Parts: sequence; C-alpha cells; structure tokens
Amino acid sequence: MIRRRVVGEWLVPAVTLVGALLVWEAATRVFHVPRFVMPAPSAIVVEGWDWRYRFLGHAWVTLYETLGGFALSIAVGVPLAVLIVYSPVLRSALYPLIVLAQSVPKIAIAPVLLLVLGYGAIPKVVVAFLVAFFPVVVDTATGLAATPPELLDLSRSYRASAFKTFVKVRLPMAMPFMFAGAKVAITLAVIGAVVGEFVGSDKGLGYVILSATSYWKTELAFSSMILLSLMAILLFGAVSLVERLVCPWLAPAGDE
Amino acid sequence: MIRLDAVGKTYRTRRGDLVRAVEDVTLHVQNNEFVTLVGPSGCGKSTLLKLVAGLTPATRGTITIRDEPVREPFGDVGFVFQQPVLLPWRSVLDNVLFSVEMLGLEPRQYRKQALDLLELTGLSGFETKYPRELSGGMQQRVAICRALLPDPSLLLMDEPFGALDAMTREEMSLELLRIWEERRKTILFVTHSIPEAILLADRVVVMTPRPGRVARILDVHLPRPRTIETEFDPRFKAASDEVRALIFTRRAER
Repeated sequence: MIRRRVVGEWLVPAVTLVGALLVWEAATRVFHVPRFVMPAPSAIVVEGWDWRYRFLGHAWVTLYETLGGFALSIAVGVPLAVLIVYSPVLRSALYPLIVLAQSVPKIAIAPVLLLVLGYGAIPKVVVAFLVAFFPVVVDTATGLAATPPELLDLSRSYRASAFKTFVKVRLPMAMPFMFAGAKVAITLAVIGAVVGEFVGSDKGLGYVILSATSYWKTELAFSSMILLSLMAILLFGAVSLVERLVCPWLAPAGDE
Repeated sequence: MIRLDAVGKTYRTRRGDLVRAVEDVTLHVQNNEFVTLVGPSGCGKSTLLKLVAGLTPATRGTITIRDEPVREPFGDVGFVFQQPVLLPWRSVLDNVLFSVEMLGLEPRQYRKQALDLLELTGLSGFETKYPRELSGGMQQRVAICRALLPDPSLLLMDEPFGALDAMTREEMSLELLRIWEERRKTILFVTHSIPEAILLADRVVVMTPRPGRVARILDVHLPRPRTIETEFDPRFKAASDEVRALIFTRRAER
C-alpha cells in the first residue's frame, strides 16, 4: 500500500519531469536550436549557478515586495471584509468599489502607480497588494457569513456581546476561508511584484528577466523564472504550514 | 413557569410579503414540565421557541417567564438545535464549556461539572476529541451537555434528534428522559415525530400549519420512568392515534 502510494505520488511525476527535461535537452542539441530562442536545461542551470550570488540580492528584493504586498492585502482586506459583513450600508457602499478595483487590469495601473509613487519598492508593494487583496476580502467575507445562524442564536440567547461572538465564533469559523484566500493572495502577490518590476525597476527577479531578454540572454531569463516559481511555491507552502498550525482541527482524522 | 397568552408573530420576508408564522397561541407550562410541540413543517414551532427565548419579539400577545415579560434574551435557557452546531476547532470538553463562557462565567470552575455531564451522556474518554471525530449522535450529546452545563431552568429543543437515524433517535429519546429524571428542567421540545412527542411528554401540543395555531393540547397519562415498553402500552397507541387524527383530518380539510 505504502509503496504504491510512493510510486503514484512521487515516482511517476518525477520520471515524467526528468523525461521531459531530457527530451528538451536532446531536442536543443539535435536541432541546433539557437541559445537565445530556447536554451537547453543544462545551460539554464549553469547560468543560474554563475548568477547565484547576484540572484540572492534580486530574489530578496522581489521577496520583500511580495511579502509587503501580501501583508498589506491581509491588513486591509480582513477589516474591509468585517465591515462588509457587519454593515449592510457599508456593504452596498464598498462592494461595487472593490469589484471595480478588481476589474481594472493591474498591469494597466502599474505604470500610473510608478508615475505617482516613484521608482522604489513602494509602487511594487502597492501593485502586489492590489492584485492580492481581492481574494482576501471575498473569502474572508464569505467565511464570516458562513457561521450557522443557530450558533448566532445560541450566542444571543446567552446574552453574549457582538464582539465576543465575533472573537469566539465568527472569526475562527472564517479561518479556513481566510486561509484559502491567503493562499491565492500569496501567489498573486508574487505576480504583482514582478509586474511592478517590469514597468520600471533596477532590481528584483522581474527586472533580471526583463534586462536578460533585452540582451538576448534567454538562459538567464529562464533561470530567473525558475527561481520565481520556486519562491512562489515556497511562499504557498509557508502559508499552508501556518494554516495547519493555526487550524489543526482541519487535518482529516487518522492522517499523519 | 412559562405563559404564552394569545401570542402571534408576523414577519416580513425579504421580498416584502407578510408571513403569519404563529397566531393566537396560548400555552401555560408548569415548572419542570416536559412539553412537546408536534405538527407538520411550517407550523411555526421553531418560531415559537425563538419567541420564548426572547430572540425575536412577538408581534401580538404576551410571553412571561416566572411573571417576567420576555423582551430580550435572558440567559437562563439552553438551546439544542437539529444540527449539533459545535465549534469544529474546539475539543469536546471545550465545546461543552462554550455555554458558560458565552454567559460570561469562569469556565475553569465548570470543568468538573462538564466532565460529569460527559460521563452522564456516555462520552467519557472523548473529552479531547474534535467534533468531526464523533458520530452524529455523539455530537448531539455534546450539544445537549453544552446546553445543560449552566444548569438553565428552561431547555428549548428544536427537533434535536431530527437529523439522526431512527435507531439512534430512539436511544437518544430515552437517554434524554433519563437525564431529565436526574436533572429536572422545564423542557419545550419541538418534533415532527408523533411517537417521539408522546414518549417524552407530559403534554403534547398539536399545532396546525400556516399560521401555526394550537389545535389541541393533550395530556399524556403514561407512567414514568418510560422505557421502550411504554410504546406497547395501549394508552400510547390511543394517544398517537389521536394526534395523528388531529394532524391528518385538518390536512384533508384544506
């Protein structure tokens, strides 16, 4: 049983991945594909390794822009969701604005933001925030509204205050929803930070991709892309880890 | 203990229609009496419980509890719903303690009583489990413990066994009677099940649908403590025939 699971969950995808890389490597060699069109995986790895120290600095920049935007999306999104759920007036006032903000393509706002906020990290953080905050608001609001009405009746029958009910019932009830939103938000924040860097920057992994392609250094662009994906996966994993620590009751019985 | 006099409740739906949920309900419940409310869906039974708990105001008539008019929730009440609605992030013990916590009491002082209640309901050894690790019947037992812990004088039960399978249901009814024999309380118990209504009650309130009115109040003269055998008593059959006749002839008239 256990062996079959290892084969199904790890071996098959690993073999597929390695096979695809080998085919790619072979194809670039056999067909003499120019490096700037499609570099071989080995060339990407070599280039990435040469850049390892410089990558550290750029990755750090993109990381803190991402985390800044993500933190801001939580800090703004959660209270906004609370206001929307608790006040019908604010719901009708804010919801159209939020949906409007969401429907504007963020890539289109980025140049304007740079114009307004200047060249540093702040506009990237803001773009990351704008991209990430919508799922936070929507999922938190959904979660807060998902408390069974019986529980609210129960709290009221005990004369508990609205604040107490919020802290002890509604907020924990919304936790799984909030984490679902946060997981989407963290991956979107990476995209937001890179978009911000594309529009105008002199550091960060997005900047590396952009400048590498303008010098025909495709293998550098690829290694930067891979690094970005790794970062997104790690950040997603970190949020999932926090979720399991904060919501241990969600782990299915008999698991682990 | 509870007096409902000519109580009516009309509410407006989201679409603006007026719905008469209950109308002209008069019911006087004695201290420590077990009263069941039985009737078809939509006869305002659940609304009646909310009115008694002070969760929603009556539009007509008066409700008093120990001669105090009910205008808002008063705390001295335990609620059990069709769904257990436990808090999934809390252990069984902490779920039981939830009621005293919400009442603003010190949960640590109720630990011992909570453990006693869990023992009384056969849940010893499950204190640290999460609700999802329990069966539906066990979850509902936890919900009953939660309602009993602050020792309210009034217990409101809204189809508490309605979501359970038939066998668990019967077992739980008898268990509730056993608990009630040990800790007397006034109980208002809403159900769809005629046998359940009779097995449990001192008096059965038969209600008519839309708007909910009292068709008749029946005294159940069956000896206590009641057991499985009670259902073979000819008086049990007579009572259930009477209730059934009240519900179905009315339905045929419509």
